[in-house]
Amino acid sequence: MAVKPKVAFFDFAGCEGDQLQVANLEERLLDLLAHIEVVSFREIKTEHSDDYDIAFVEGSITRPEDEKRLKEIRENAGILVALGACATIGGINCLKNFINESEYRSTVYGSSARWYSTYASRPLSAVVRVDMDIHGCPIDKNEFATAVKELLLGKIYAPPDYPVCTECKMAGNICRYEQGQLCLGIVTRAGCKACCVTEGSFCWGCRGMAPEANLDAAARIMEDHGFTRLNAQDRLRLYFGCTDRAFYPG
Amino acid sequence: MSKKKIKEQNMQNQDVQEKDVQKQKEASSAKPGTIKVNHLTRVEGHGNIIVHLDSQGSIIDCTWEVVEAPRFFEAMVHGRPYSDIHHIVSRICGICSIGHQLCSIQATEDAFDLEVSHQTLELRKLALHAENLQSHLLHIGYLVLPDLLGVDSVLPLAETHREELLNLVACRRMANEFSQVICGRTTHPQRLVVGGMARIPDSGELSDLKAKLETSLKQLDRIVDLFAALSDKWPEFERPTEYVALSSPKEYALYSGQIQSSIDQRRPAAMYDQVTNEFCVPQSTAKWTRNVRDSYMVGALARFNINHALLSPGAAEAAGKLGLKPPVHNPYLNTAAQLVECVHSVEDSLKIVSDLISSGLREEKPARVRAVAGKGVGAIEVPRGILFHSYQYGDDGRIISADCVIPTNQNHANIQKDMDALKPQLSGLDPQEIELRLSMLVRGYDPCISCSTHLVNTQSEGHSMVRFVRED
Repeated sequence: MAVKPKVAFFDFAGCEGDQLQVANLEERLLDLLAHIEVVSFREIKTEHSDDYDIAFVEGSITRPEDEKRLKEIRENAGILVALGACATIGGINCLKNFINESEYRSTVYGSSARWYSTYASRPLSAVVRVDMDIHGCPIDKNEFATAVKELLLGKIYAPPDYPVCTECKMAGNICRYEQGQLCLGIVTRAGCKACCVTEGSFCWGCRGMAPEANLDAAARIMEDHGFTRLNAQDRLRLYFGCTDRAFYPG
Repeated sequence: MSKKKIKEQNMQNQDVQEKDVQKQKEASSAKPGTIKVNHLTRVEGHGNIIVHLDSQGSIIDCTWEVVEAPRFFEAMVHGRPYSDIHHIVSRICGICSIGHQLCSIQATEDAFDLEVSHQTLELRKLALHAENLQSHLLHIGYLVLPDLLGVDSVLPLAETHREELLNLVACRRMANEFSQVICGRTTHPQRLVVGGMARIPDSGELSDLKAKLETSLKQLDRIVDLFAALSDKWPEFERPTEYVALSSPKEYALYSGQIQSSIDQRRPAAMYDQVTNEFCVPQSTAKWTRNVRDSYMVGALARFNINHALLSPGAAEAAGKLGLKPPVHNPYLNTAAQLVECVHSVEDSLKIVSDLISSGLREEKPARVRAVAGKGVGAIEVPRGILFHSYQYGDDGRIISADCVIPTNQNHANIQKDMDALKPQLSGLDPQEIELRLSMLVRGYDPCISCSTHLVNTQSEGHSMVRFVRED
């Protein structure tokens, strides 16, 4: 990698909230800029170059034509980083995968539905090889800074592989199941310090499933606390909608 | 526009691209056939400007297109329980996630006829101020300021205008910390829920916030001075249009009010569809809106034009320094109106925070929700203008149908009309200058294109190009 690696940011279908977290580094972003050269960042910068070492890509792939652009980015980039839940796990866009396509098209666009190109939402890894994931909806800016530092040291940042429960205990939160709430912290990948639970909510699962999540045990816990299959399905479909291996090549 | 016409347009565009390659091959011949420019940058989402020039360099037409991937949010909330809706629609837009959540919560509470406490209302108003500050300062400082200083992004300002930049960054950090104290997070917050707040700040945090807000007034003053000094850089252009904003006799309306047009009667929020009149557009992109005229404008400038009399004293003073005298008909000055609103948001927040400190915060559980079948409408002024969410619920508390009308969609038609009106003024100018003026115009509206849930894609190519087309 060059002494000052060239970095580019791209986005597909998403809310751009992850790039916003990068901007939210505020003064620390200025420090970071001493070590990287941003050559493309459409949200904040007019000039653009296809000569870059690291590509940060936000958003999920929702149209066949997005694939071509993503493959070009993959070809140009030495390292491709998926930024945020839409890119790493397909994100909340995957909710539409559970609705009949003709139905969601006509719900939103009526008789003009046929104009629009769309297909099942999927994460970047369903289309190209991804070298590194920065999870979350939105990403945590501190985790982003850590991941970039590791990249600068020639390493690939590996997010935690244990569930949110671990961090939630450390944060001193009362278990949401004890309070009668359905919480996905028991199966979701940690790294967020259980921020949503700490703020009074519960875990929505935005960092995707922990690699070795014990789903059978999770089902038992949900049942024991009186949650129905529908309750579980409501919650699981928010962010776990694209665990279907059919999307992944090989 | 018919499908056939769209196809023709796409083919035309491809044609143009081919011609472009050909002409570039012809290299140094006097006139370049086509000038291609990048995506419209420094806006949220993906948009295009296409300009057709004749051989004399006069503009035949300019078109504003939106090519963001459609996301189908209104379908995605179908059948979902009320407790999750604001969490889902928050993801419409990272920058206005607080506004989307509040509007969604308002619609749900309206449907269930749920009253929330005074304290909750005050905290929600603070949340909205915090988001306005976050979003406006990002737009003013990081996205628009580079145009006024003639650079391609905010990044070079770290060398050339370091003090001004650090002052901007400090202000924006305050706005983020403000959001964090009230909402628990800057983006997609977790504390705002149907019926109240999942968690509230403690009194120590409020006192810290008060001190930070006070400090930021001086910092904002410096930004106002900076923009006052740059006021000759705004392009001169006026086009009176219809302005639409929430309005209330009590305050500079942001969280609640009635829908006020500059040239039409007031309407309650529930009658929003009589104002927005969404229609499909003849040139691709999103659904557009119109009320009395062919187009109307929403956002900071519309709010300023309608509600200026209720601005806080410091904000009114800032407006004077920035040369804003209502009614302002220059859309480029929307950014200046945003800066005025920043001062207002800080001053009004100081008042609310002081009141909350002196009355003392109470731990309150969110009001108990009793889901009933019915319809509810939320109407909120978010950074880019008036936002509507309308939901129909079944008696199981799940959504039967939803409609979201986003500010940027309401501005698309007005952007196009501005471009039409700009044609004579821009004709014959250097293409780079035309590009700058038109991009500055669109940027001035601070469009949040990924917000627009109704977006239509008519381009088969994922790459959207802002381009000039010279038709010899």
